[in-house]
Amino acid sequence: MAAALVNVPAKAKRGAVIEIKTLMSHVMETGYRHTAAGEVVPRDIITSFICRFNGTEIFRADLFPAIAANPFLSFFTTASESGRFEFEWIGDNGFVANATASITVE
Amino acid sequence: MDSMFAPSHLSRRHLLQLGTLAAAGALPLITVRPAQATPAMLASAIRNLVGEANIKVGKIRLDIPPLVENGNTVPMTVSVDHPMTPESYVKSIHVFNEKNPQPNVASFHLSPAAGRAQVATRIRLADTQKVVAIAKLSDGSFWSATVDIIVTLAACTEEMP
Repeated sequence: MAAALVNVPAKAKRGAVIEIKTLMSHVMETGYRHTAAGEVVPRDIITSFICRFNGTEIFRADLFPAIAANPFLSFFTTASESGRFEFEWIGDNGFVANATASITVE
Repeated sequence: MDSMFAPSHLSRRHLLQLGTLAAAGALPLITVRPAQATPAMLASAIRNLVGEANIKVGKIRLDIPPLVENGNTVPMTVSVDHPMTPESYVKSIHVFNEKNPQPNVASFHLSPAAGRAQVATRIRLADTQKVVAIAKLSDGSFWSATVDIIVTLAACTEEMP
């Protein structure tokens, strides 16, 4: 159900600064909206995003209801060696999603 | 019984009426907690982050379109003009707003390996308001940038179908 879209360059020169883009499909229900009957729609958001490279955390984001639906994140890292990026999204109601991407550094 | 209690009943009613009038006079307005964050909440959220430290203006750049048609998804890029070396780097970037229900928007934690202190995402804005970004550097200093944004269609207000 959880669909992640991750964009990492497949190849990079050693020392190059590369951009990583991620998109996770999620409603990001704020918890501040009401139904027509006046009931509050319970909050259901992704609260944190973590990116690890070869097991080491390189980027982390704490998200709040002010993040738009289907949270998009773009950030940078220096390509130091070939390896694997691991992405993790954690949210309300036990939401967990993962994705990986590999990079070859020359 | 009735005749015995009648006078006291009358006076009680009078007392109640007097009491209501007095109460109405003493409390002309009952303050209702606003459904949105206030500039005071924004200030306290920032204080929570920086503590007693001084916040300098500059170094950080907050790119958001100044006029937003749809507050439900607003592209935002925040970048810090600072080198990313193990000795001196941007530790974290925090984004706050003035009038959403909650003052926090997002916090980003970076490492020296980032190469460039720049993060982009999409945010929600419930009203025409101020957005503040604060960068924390590895030397403990804080830098800020503020942007005023006009929102024509607010987020969060629509009802569920």
